[in-house]
Amino acid sequence: MSQLTALEHDSYPAEQFEDTQQQSLAATLGMWTFLATEVLFFGVLFTGFYMYRMRWPDAFADGAKDLKWYLGGINTAVLLGSSYFVALAVEAARSGDRRRIVRNLLIAIALGVMFIGIKFTEYGIEYHDHLVPSLNFSSVSPEGQPRATQEQIFMTYYFVMTGFHALHMIVGLCVLAVIAFFARRGKFSAAYHNPVEIAGLYWHFVDLVWVFVFPTLYLLRHP
Amino acid sequence: MTTEAQHDQPTSRTYFLVLVGLLILLALTVGAAFLKIPGHTWGMIIALTIAFAKALLIALYFMHVKFSHKQVAAFAAAGFVWLGILITLTASDYITRNHPASMNYKGEPRYLQSDYPGR
Repeated sequence: MSQLTALEHDSYPAEQFEDTQQQSLAATLGMWTFLATEVLFFGVLFTGFYMYRMRWPDAFADGAKDLKWYLGGINTAVLLGSSYFVALAVEAARSGDRRRIVRNLLIAIALGVMFIGIKFTEYGIEYHDHLVPSLNFSSVSPEGQPRATQEQIFMTYYFVMTGFHALHMIVGLCVLAVIAFFARRGKFSAAYHNPVEIAGLYWHFVDLVWVFVFPTLYLLRHP
Repeated sequence: MTTEAQHDQPTSRTYFLVLVGLLILLALTVGAAFLKIPGHTWGMIIALTIAFAKALLIALYFMHVKFSHKQVAAFAAAGFVWLGILITLTASDYITRNHPASMNYKGEPRYLQSDYPGR
């Protein structure tokens, strides 16, 4: 929050810090502390998923096959690309290039929106394929293949993990939009750009989570 | 983040190479998923190893851990270390749960001394 205070009063470093380096390090450490809680938040979902996967390997492999792996793969590439443009925006912030911050952030936001679009298209396909537990899960696939009851556990994990990830994406997109707005207003310079770096960390972390979500849900196709 | 690290900050070229590396790893992990790999755990191990490699690239370069103060690396690692403990202890229960003392790890009966009264 210190960087917000600095922003409001236009004093940098904020008065509780010795110098700008200390303020910058404090902001970075604070963000990583928050991200550690996020690691554990998503971590329990992964732990639960893999324990159930060991218990029901066949149902979980069938579940992976019922997802559209190519849509997940395209989304991974889109998100990695988005992360790349955020890295470029942070680099631009370090050299105080205001226009380049805004341009790179807007590309990153566009790719993020594309990710959300593909994700919700997938949800639509899964609804159509009767894969949503407690809403319309069917024990027979549209092709007439039987589905194990336990595939519902897989699908529940799928919706919870990708759903929370998408929620983080939407929060991240809002954060990036606010940062782009402030960058356009000239709030950041080579000397002061903590918020750009911190927002970047959050966005990269959302990317990092997806890097584990994608193979876990889509690619473990053999029991 | 620190002054002494300021001069060896990654350049646009570094970021581009990291992106290319990440996309190659993505292609590898998708390719590996369609190989017929004997033994179900190997597919999981390959997928997760590639995922860890990608995560490391993102954390070290995109998230600047490599170029930051050592404290940042410690804070970044902390969450993952605790997650490792969580997974290890949970797995040690679930993997062994269905193998009581009377069975070996393959699920075959483990004969007790009393089954062989002569010895």
